[in-house]
Amino acid sequence: MNVSVLLIILLVGSFATYFAGDKLASKVALLFSLFALGTSIALLNIYNAGENISCFKFWINNPSISYSLTADGLSLIMLLLTTALTPLIIYSSFGNEYKNAKSFYALILFMAFAMSGTFLASDGLLYYIFWELSLIPIYFIALIWGNGDTEERKKAVVKFFIYTLAGSLFMLIAFVYLYQKAGSFLIQDLYKLELSRMEQFWIFWAFFLAYAIKIPIIPFHTWQAKVYQKAPTVGTMLLSGIMLKMGLYSVLRWQLPLTPIAARTYLPILIGFGIAGVIYGSIVALRQKDLKKLLAYSSLAHVGLIAAGAYTLTIDSLRGAVLQMIAHGFVVVGLFFAAEIVYRRYETRVIADMGGIRTQAPKFASMFMILVLASVALPTTFNFVGEFTVLYSLSQINLWFALLGGTTIILGAYYMLKMYQQVMLGETNAKVFADVTFHETLVLVIIIAVLFFFGLYPRPINELITPCLDQILRTINKIQ
Amino acid sequence: MNTLIAIIGLGILCLILEIFDARKAIIPIVVIGLLAVLGLDITEFNSPNAYYNNMIIVGKFSSAFSALFIILTIFLVSLGHKFYENHQTKISDFVAIKIFLLAGAVAMVSFGNLAMFFLGIEVLSIALYVLASSNRLSIKSNEAGLKYFLMGSFASGIILFGICLIYGAMGSFDVTEISELSRSAELPIWFPIGIVLVFIGMLFKIAAVPFHFWAPDVYEGSPALTTALMSTLAKVVAIATLYKLVKTMNADISPSFQLIIVIISIASMTVGNIMALRQVNVKRMLAFSGISHAGFMLMTLLSTVKSSGTLLYYTSAYALAGIAAFSVILYVCKTKENEDITNFQGLGKNNPLMAAILTASLLSMAGIPIFSGFFAKLFLFNQTIQAGFIALVIVAVINSIISVGYYFKLILAMYTKEPNEAKIPTPAVIYAVAVISIVLNIALGLFPSFVLDLLG
Repeated sequence: MNVSVLLIILLVGSFATYFAGDKLASKVALLFSLFALGTSIALLNIYNAGENISCFKFWINNPSISYSLTADGLSLIMLLLTTALTPLIIYSSFGNEYKNAKSFYALILFMAFAMSGTFLASDGLLYYIFWELSLIPIYFIALIWGNGDTEERKKAVVKFFIYTLAGSLFMLIAFVYLYQKAGSFLIQDLYKLELSRMEQFWIFWAFFLAYAIKIPIIPFHTWQAKVYQKAPTVGTMLLSGIMLKMGLYSVLRWQLPLTPIAARTYLPILIGFGIAGVIYGSIVALRQKDLKKLLAYSSLAHVGLIAAGAYTLTIDSLRGAVLQMIAHGFVVVGLFFAAEIVYRRYETRVIADMGGIRTQAPKFASMFMILVLASVALPTTFNFVGEFTVLYSLSQINLWFALLGGTTIILGAYYMLKMYQQVMLGETNAKVFADVTFHETLVLVIIIAVLFFFGLYPRPINELITPCLDQILRTINKIQ
Repeated sequence: MNTLIAIIGLGILCLILEIFDARKAIIPIVVIGLLAVLGLDITEFNSPNAYYNNMIIVGKFSSAFSALFIILTIFLVSLGHKFYENHQTKISDFVAIKIFLLAGAVAMVSFGNLAMFFLGIEVLSIALYVLASSNRLSIKSNEAGLKYFLMGSFASGIILFGICLIYGAMGSFDVTEISELSRSAELPIWFPIGIVLVFIGMLFKIAAVPFHFWAPDVYEGSPALTTALMSTLAKVVAIATLYKLVKTMNADISPSFQLIIVIISIASMTVGNIMALRQVNVKRMLAFSGISHAGFMLMTLLSTVKSSGTLLYYTSAYALAGIAAFSVILYVCKTKENEDITNFQGLGKNNPLMAAILTASLLSMAGIPIFSGFFAKLFLFNQTIQAGFIALVIVAVINSIISVGYYFKLILAMYTKEPNEAKIPTPAVIYAVAVISIVLNIALGLFPSFVLDLLG
């Protein structure tokens, strides 16, 4: 069995969902996504047993492009994140009614397919194709099933699409240029290239444009908050939970090893970008009146810290970044789901209209509280492991970086708790708030369980990713 | 050569069928006939040959492109089935003109002599003038036909003048002879002037900036099916011919000539895209998009030694996406007076399949992966960077981003607006053409080697 099985399952699932019709679509989609999760766990076991699960086939002769999928620890952990979050996201949408549900769920599975492909591809062009392909479903999901005023939504979504496409086209030029040098798009051939300082400079920034827009890193973040707000919650979860991790993953997999000299030269600037994102995101989040927008800016702050970690270029920082990617994926999906639960009952996202929910819905209140605490990196949660590792490695470079980056925890605690207070506490709200239903509980409990489990016991993930990150770091340090 | 004769025979057959009052059978017979011609053309692929003292040279290049032209004509003729419903009496004329146009197109890519080249151009252009004004009760169609005729005959005149100067300089119409003579050290001044004039005339035919002014008006005014023909078949024919001309006449292009191509290519892409952003009429928008695609296709002239496969791939991808898009436009605007974007509102709800096909074809033109338009651009960029024009590629990429803006305007209208009216029934032929052409487009994207390696 090799990794293309997983891609086939997701792709077939997407078509099956479409043809299952509106009524069955959600269930078929859930079934296939669970099946994909099972497959990726099975793949993990096979990989751990030391067998080869990669896949290589020639596709186009000239220019030589191959269908090459390589699974190592880093790819697999991202794959697990994708396949674990997809069923959760699909299941979380069960309370909602969607028009044309078959297309909706088919697009979700198609997006999972494209994102898994991005994490697996080891041929530059194949990777680029998956990368772009994942953009189309989210565009339609946000455009058609989004909320709020149509005209505004249209503007936000088109801006998002053009921004990300623009960034990735520069990445394409970089790949084509690298192809001229190496005569191959395969990652191992590209790693062997010895590029001059000047070439690395250009290629680095071409990649950076693509990734900085996707992640997003300040100052390329302007599309983010609006799209998160306007997209349906499922779309927001896909975007913030998985899709932006594509950018971070690509930094580790493609950008840093290909352009190590440039990466080292710009290290302080890049960490500066990341930390600027942390501070800016936190401060803007303080002033948000819309729950989803607040979460969007908080996500910007956390992702800024991950980016800073990824660009720090020590083994600890890379490990911390990957851990925090996983942790952030889960916690952000949980938080957006909590916002969705409130929206289902109150039909508003304005924080001022909420309040006094705790007395009516104690179960929800406690689970939401745990998520909020996890997102501000309370010890024993997964996020603590990630953020602490990143901050520690930042402090090795320069104490100031760690101090400034640490504001994510302080400011985060402030705006998240303030939000919690305004949303959940206070006098009993006149509007009725029914406590969480069974399947809402299930989604939240799974997320919380994951966060605590890996918070207390992150070793399995560490063991999975460390050899792979070691190798990446060796590639970076090879060419001095 | 046999292909050309067979096509002309088919055209005459088409006219004869009218005498026997078999109008209903014309389109099926012609489609079957064209499929047979396609088979004939494919058999000629591996047997290069020259006919009539090098008047016509059939080789891989000409038969591959002829095959593409024939496939496009099959699509265009099939679409005509419903389009000329109200003009049943004239259907044989319309179909016959298209077949003669195809004959001109095939002559244009298989020329070995400048006389033949000019004959091909004229056959093609005259057929197009007639088709542009074929809706004779519509003032817009008349205007389009007249405008196209006036501008087109100027261009033909310029080409003819250029050919005369080349003859004056070289004493021959034969392309290979001219090419050999042009390698000698001393060239009369008439030769480069002649080349430039022919080049200008051809740029007019492919509607590259600054010779593009006729295109938007003619595209808008002509009947939609003619616009489909002009933006797919006619454009592809012209660029293929120009490519062959440049490749055979001056195999090693001088740097100054390359610079001119770079400038025209950048101007076409940029002007076409920026003007397209402001259009509300879909036909006009696609006219400007065609201008920008002409700019992309001109990039193949920078490395003529290896880029014929890339050109074939790009033109196939572009033309197939164009056919798919135009069949949806024909369906949507059949009962409408114009082709404004507002007519497309709510198509996503009314007819999801048609909306999906139009979306796919626009995504292909914009160059989004898995559709062949992406690979076309990729191969083109790869080739151009190899030839050392990285700045041109960066401009092209920026233009690709701009183009997303107007392609998505149409997609947005289809999916975010409410439909204006109830669903109109779709003829099966339009479905068939749209589905087949978009499937071919995606298949080209999945297996690009099939076309790309054809011309080695």
